[in-house]
Amino acid sequence: MSRSQEFVHGCRDILPLILGAIPFGIIFGTLAVGAGLSGWQTMGMSALVFAGSAQFIAITLITGGVGAAVVLLTTFVVNLRHALYSAALQPFVRHLPGRWRVPLAFWLTDEAFAVVQNRYARDDASPYKHWYFLGAALTMYLNWQLSTLVGVAFGQAVPDIARWGLDFAMIATFIGIAVPMMRTRPQVASAVVAGGVALLTWELPYKLGLIAAALAGIVIGVWLERRAEAAARLQGAL
Amino acid sequence: MNTWLLILGMLAITFVIRYSFFAWPDLRFPRAIEQGLHYVPVAVLTAIVVPGMLLPDGQWALSWNNAYLLAGLLAIAIAAVSRNLLATIAGGLLSFFALRWALGQLPI
Repeated sequence: MSRSQEFVHGCRDILPLILGAIPFGIIFGTLAVGAGLSGWQTMGMSALVFAGSAQFIAITLITGGVGAAVVLLTTFVVNLRHALYSAALQPFVRHLPGRWRVPLAFWLTDEAFAVVQNRYARDDASPYKHWYFLGAALTMYLNWQLSTLVGVAFGQAVPDIARWGLDFAMIATFIGIAVPMMRTRPQVASAVVAGGVALLTWELPYKLGLIAAALAGIVIGVWLERRAEAAARLQGAL
Repeated sequence: MNTWLLILGMLAITFVIRYSFFAWPDLRFPRAIEQGLHYVPVAVLTAIVVPGMLLPDGQWALSWNNAYLLAGLLAIAIAAVSRNLLATIAGGLLSFFALRWALGQLPI
């Protein structure tokens, strides 16, 4: 496929994920203005940070009046999963010059990763798969700016929009990304433990429960994986 | 708190995480960390989703009136069976708003 075909296919394939991002962007724009950010600051956060769940949690924290250090620490923990996406896509982008790698990294979201990973997994030898990545990422980015703008411009005018439950769009999207990843027993255990600890630590301030839950899920996953490996080695030795 | 400084801080942290492996094509982490990274998406996404379903307004809502819980469970079932993102998001959102409407929870 040519560059432009790859680009268009990337734009097209991420459309389903945009369905979840639109309501979420609108409610983010609405709540950010409600939390006291100016329209420019809200747009600035979407344009510069470009990480829906971290932005949403930051707004919740700002509303709760916590310090910047806590917001930044939470941003780090919530976005740490992108390090995995970065690691997983690294073999496919390592040959690209910096002018490609920097913007593609900036635009690396859950949604882009889910779509782009599938494209790289197909075994055709297209040399332009990074154009597919660019198309998917740019579409996601433009949509996020537009949805945030709709929230900033109209959110406060719609009565009770905060009570519609538009934030469910994030939940549905994350379910759609996470559940298909749970293919092994350690992955399922990791999810169960992370979910359970998140509920048990809900009362902790500053979203510390999220950090505790993520760490618990990761530790359990690695521990079970290593135990299974050790058992397999033992069987091999017998 | 200076909001613009905070936004720039969030930008720096988020970008460094996303760029980490792209920046140094030969960078390798110790095996324990690489193994741990495999569990980060599932653990973090679940840790966001589960309280979002069971404590949507910051308090326990283990009831039939909780559309977040019911539509969330349905979305999990759709995702497990179909492994299809569009089906999961569309099915989840449609059932969520249908439930909210049926339960009289939409302010319209």
